[in-house]
Amino acid sequence: MAESLLTIEHLTKRFGDALIFDDLSLTVRQGEVVVVVGPSGCGKSTLLRCINALEPIQGGTIRLEGETVEHKGKNLPELRQKIGMVFQSYELFPHLTVLDNILLAPMKVQKRGKEDVKKEALEWLERVGLKEKANSYPRQLSGGQKQRVAIVRALCMHPEILLFDEVTAALDPEMVREVLDVMLDLARQGRTMIIVTHEMQFARAVADRVIFIDDGKILEEATPDEFFEAPKTERAKKFLNMFEFHREAKQDDRK
Amino acid sequence: MGNPEKEGSVTDWAFIREYLPMYQDAAILTVRIGFLGIAISIVVGLLCSAVQYFKVPVLRAIVAVYIEFSRNTPLLVQLFFIYYGLPKIGIPTDAEMCGVIGLAFLGGSYMAEAFRSGLEAIEPIQLESSLSLGMTGAQAMRYVILPQAVSISVPAFMANVIFLLKETSVFSAISLMDLMFTAKDLIGLYYKTTESLFLLVVFYLLILLPISLLGSLLERRLRYAGFGA
Repeated sequence: MAESLLTIEHLTKRFGDALIFDDLSLTVRQGEVVVVVGPSGCGKSTLLRCINALEPIQGGTIRLEGETVEHKGKNLPELRQKIGMVFQSYELFPHLTVLDNILLAPMKVQKRGKEDVKKEALEWLERVGLKEKANSYPRQLSGGQKQRVAIVRALCMHPEILLFDEVTAALDPEMVREVLDVMLDLARQGRTMIIVTHEMQFARAVADRVIFIDDGKILEEATPDEFFEAPKTERAKKFLNMFEFHREAKQDDRK
Repeated sequence: MGNPEKEGSVTDWAFIREYLPMYQDAAILTVRIGFLGIAISIVVGLLCSAVQYFKVPVLRAIVAVYIEFSRNTPLLVQLFFIYYGLPKIGIPTDAEMCGVIGLAFLGGSYMAEAFRSGLEAIEPIQLESSLSLGMTGAQAMRYVILPQAVSISVPAFMANVIFLLKETSVFSAISLMDLMFTAKDLIGLYYKTTESLFLLVVFYLLILLPISLLGSLLERRLRYAGFGA
């Protein structure tokens, strides 16, 4: 297997008195797609926010390619360029066009030439089917379109790792697919990704490894087939049953 | 000039023509003090809103006290304090300087509130989104937060500019020869109430209407086609 890109060791995270993570360790290898699942409020999103230091941590270390990621660390802007983050609520910049949203950071942060970045941005936009929206403003786009732009914006920074924080949770059902397809495509290209999602079928299709978090710990860590076919812990079984319940209920209706 | 029999009730255009230059001078004074005071109040407002937005310790409390004090006392009272109070503690004042300081003192808090509401209207996650793209805090402010905050602040900002220019009408109380002073002076001297007040209204409109129009234009220009929608 390829070398490890991201190493989390003995992570402790608290919000006031509430303990979110207690001694959590996780290693992500180059080119690996890790899907994080777990009940609401178990800290899946917090984990991603800790990885790019949007949240201070109370213990342990997070390292990307050997460099420590630290809240308020001096090298943070450089490190964050290597960590692409896509938010549930898109967070495009409403005062800029789609193209300018994508160009802003590569030009101002990485000081790359406009033509160079623009060419790359347009290629990506074409690939996700949004080339004709380059000069639109975010408010003129649907949720699914906004999210695809947000993914392109992260990609144009040439990150080493991509973090997806429930990126389809705010979307109408018919728009979920267009975003997941883009992510599936990225996974096939061998990009390193950590994905927090509630889309279990997608998780199974995209993951190299599934992480199940509850009570501040990684309770289960398995291949998608193992996890979804034969979860080892009671918690994971119960969690997966919640998704099963819907299907059984529907079949009962039909009888 | 109308009918000689009705002389008393007819508008005296000759009077208006004669005293037009006096109003012009007064208008220039009003505009000069107004804009100087507003310019300083913008600087004060920016500093105060930055202190509040970044929650700078100690300074934050001072700014809060200043804002409450400034917003909850009338400009006239503030002017008297400055005009009669400063010389008592050994700082010589002249009326025009007092006008500028008074306006800046009052306007600073209104501007601070306008800018602060603009800054606070931007969700913190926009900042996080900028930071996650590798921007420094300063870059995020410059390219993402401030452009949005400014456009949200524009209506409140323009309302403040107009409000402050109108507030200059109390300057006559510290014997500044502004528009209000001139009108009261002429009424007292010649009893030409209608004419004096007519000129007063016309001059205030001449100053304020263009600013009002400019404000509407600016709002339309900066409204990035419906924020957040």
